[in-house]
Amino acid sequence: MSRSLVAILSTLALIAVAATGETADPKLKVGVVHLGSVNDGGYNQAHADGIAVMKKNLPEVEVIQVENVAEGADAERVMENMIRQGARLIFAASFGYLEPALRVAQKYPEVKFVHPGGYKRLPNLTTYWASTPEAFYLMGMAAGKTTKTNKIGYVVALPISFFLANVNAFELGARAVNPRVETRVVFTGTFLDRGKEATAANALLDQGVDVLGVIVDSPITVVQAAEKRSAYAVGFHSLAAQKFAPKGWITGVAFTWGNLYTRFARQVLDGTFKSENILGSLKDDFLTLAPFGPAVPAEAVSLVNTRKDEFAAGKAHPFQGPLRDNTGVERVKAGETFPLTDLAKMNWLVEGVIGQPR
Amino acid sequence: MAALVRSLLSGAVLSGAPLLYATLSELISQRAGIVNLGLEGVMLVGAVSGFVAASHTGSAVVAVVVAALAGGVFNLLFAYLVLARRANQLATGLALMFGGVGLSALIGVRYVGSQIAGLPELRVPILAGIPVLGPALFAHDALVYAVVPLAVLIWWVLRSTRWGLTVRAVGENPVAAFAAGRDPHVLQYQALFVAGLLGGLAGAHLSLGVARTWSEWMTAGRGFIAVALVIFARWHPLRAVGGALLFGGAISLQLSMQARGVPISPFLLDMLPYLLSLAVLAVGRGRHRHAAPGSLGRVFQGTP
Repeated sequence: MSRSLVAILSTLALIAVAATGETADPKLKVGVVHLGSVNDGGYNQAHADGIAVMKKNLPEVEVIQVENVAEGADAERVMENMIRQGARLIFAASFGYLEPALRVAQKYPEVKFVHPGGYKRLPNLTTYWASTPEAFYLMGMAAGKTTKTNKIGYVVALPISFFLANVNAFELGARAVNPRVETRVVFTGTFLDRGKEATAANALLDQGVDVLGVIVDSPITVVQAAEKRSAYAVGFHSLAAQKFAPKGWITGVAFTWGNLYTRFARQVLDGTFKSENILGSLKDDFLTLAPFGPAVPAEAVSLVNTRKDEFAAGKAHPFQGPLRDNTGVERVKAGETFPLTDLAKMNWLVEGVIGQPR
Repeated sequence: MAALVRSLLSGAVLSGAPLLYATLSELISQRAGIVNLGLEGVMLVGAVSGFVAASHTGSAVVAVVVAALAGGVFNLLFAYLVLARRANQLATGLALMFGGVGLSALIGVRYVGSQIAGLPELRVPILAGIPVLGPALFAHDALVYAVVPLAVLIWWVLRSTRWGLTVRAVGENPVAAFAAGRDPHVLQYQALFVAGLLGGLAGAHLSLGVARTWSEWMTAGRGFIAVALVIFARWHPLRAVGGALLFGGAISLQLSMQARGVPISPFLLDMLPYLLSLAVLAVGRGRHRHAAPGSLGRVFQGTP
């Protein structure tokens, strides 16, 4: 068979695929690409729960979800496949999907894309995220009032700036209500090694830590390790983590994407989609402080709620100077604040945190 | 100081136990002449089967048995391919590894985020009361207690029993074993089944004892570390105990150092287990004869 014949046939096949795509169901199809499993009690579940809420709000939307998609060429293929199935809105639900999503978005300008945490945009690609330091500050306040040993431990995947910022905000919140609190950080160096997370959690508990926090994809292992040894736990990502620590749960912060995802889908349905860079906070409906556990004193709850209102009104800031890092270097001058839009530059750990940022 | 020793030992035992099961698994295969690079997959199949069984039956005993059998059966597939079909061992092992990753993810997809009771902690009476060592060594689950006696048992079986000696003979020189009236393939099937049971236990300990949760590829390379530990232990089950404890101890040490706020970069600390292994290999080099089974990697093709 000659090469030109192959080319003609494949072009015809492409046209056929495109044509079936055009004439497919008039209602909206959305494609969702997940990095992990949708019931991980963490990052991926938060996205999937958001999609479920969108589906409930807009029953006319059809959803194609694919889990466990590697970042890179695999993600591109999955997105293109979804578009061939008729998807007109793609949720590229992992930070590492940014480049694949940008490439596919350039190729299909009529399809809309949304990406969590992206720092680049296209006319058909919106980025969104919620700034978490305020929430970590509030979690720190609750933990600072609950701890008995004044030692808190954090199991963190990698020392990247956004994670350091969260730990810093946590320690500052804890210190605001209990000046003796120190936060010890252990970096596991990986997002997927649950065995190492368990060992890290135990190493921290052996140091006399009685509250454990966690910044990895799925908080389950660390939250369970805390509960098993009668310590307290603070969660992250999804509200589902609470059931793993019925006694020791303090609070957590979760992404509740449902309403935002509904808005995205509605924009595409109405034809009002426009590219934006959305950075939310606790004021918005997509970042939520989890319910407090039974161990948290009532005084702490009211302190947290007061500060939360102050954050919302702009009367308080999680990184209010003067701030020194844990080597004694002044990082934020008195009267100044560290802007929440600049978190990528936070490569230090604040005084009171025991750990090495690099 | 006492607290540090307790923490380190306890962490070493907890990280080391699944590694030791995996190392013993690989050791038995290799003593029978088969390199199994699919161990990672076997462990994952064991880990997920045990987790699924635990979440349905709530029984730790059933879960551990199911995990071991699943590992054994999965390894028989490997045995069939390399023995009956004479497929290349290294390529088949790698294929089985990826197959195990995929199969376990498929089986486990509905169980991510499920809650299980996990292996209960069994405190050994009296011994757990010893200061420092007691809480570090005698406050673990049953699979931790079983692993060192199992290593001794395997050492004894390979050294002193007819079956063990024949397995070794097959690994060294299958033609000689055949001439002595043994069927090398039958013995290799048996050895690989036992190795699969141990690989399944390695996975079960990770998912039921250490992490108490299931997530894809949760073995995170331990199956390959075990292959290296077999070489490190020079194919000796008792040295494998030392190797696994050393490696588990190094992981525990680096995490403990971070928890204690030792001012060393976490990236450097993360290399510690590997640097330590290299150091031990370098120091131990040349003092003993190379102990690799003579026929490792080759399959008996029948006599001419």
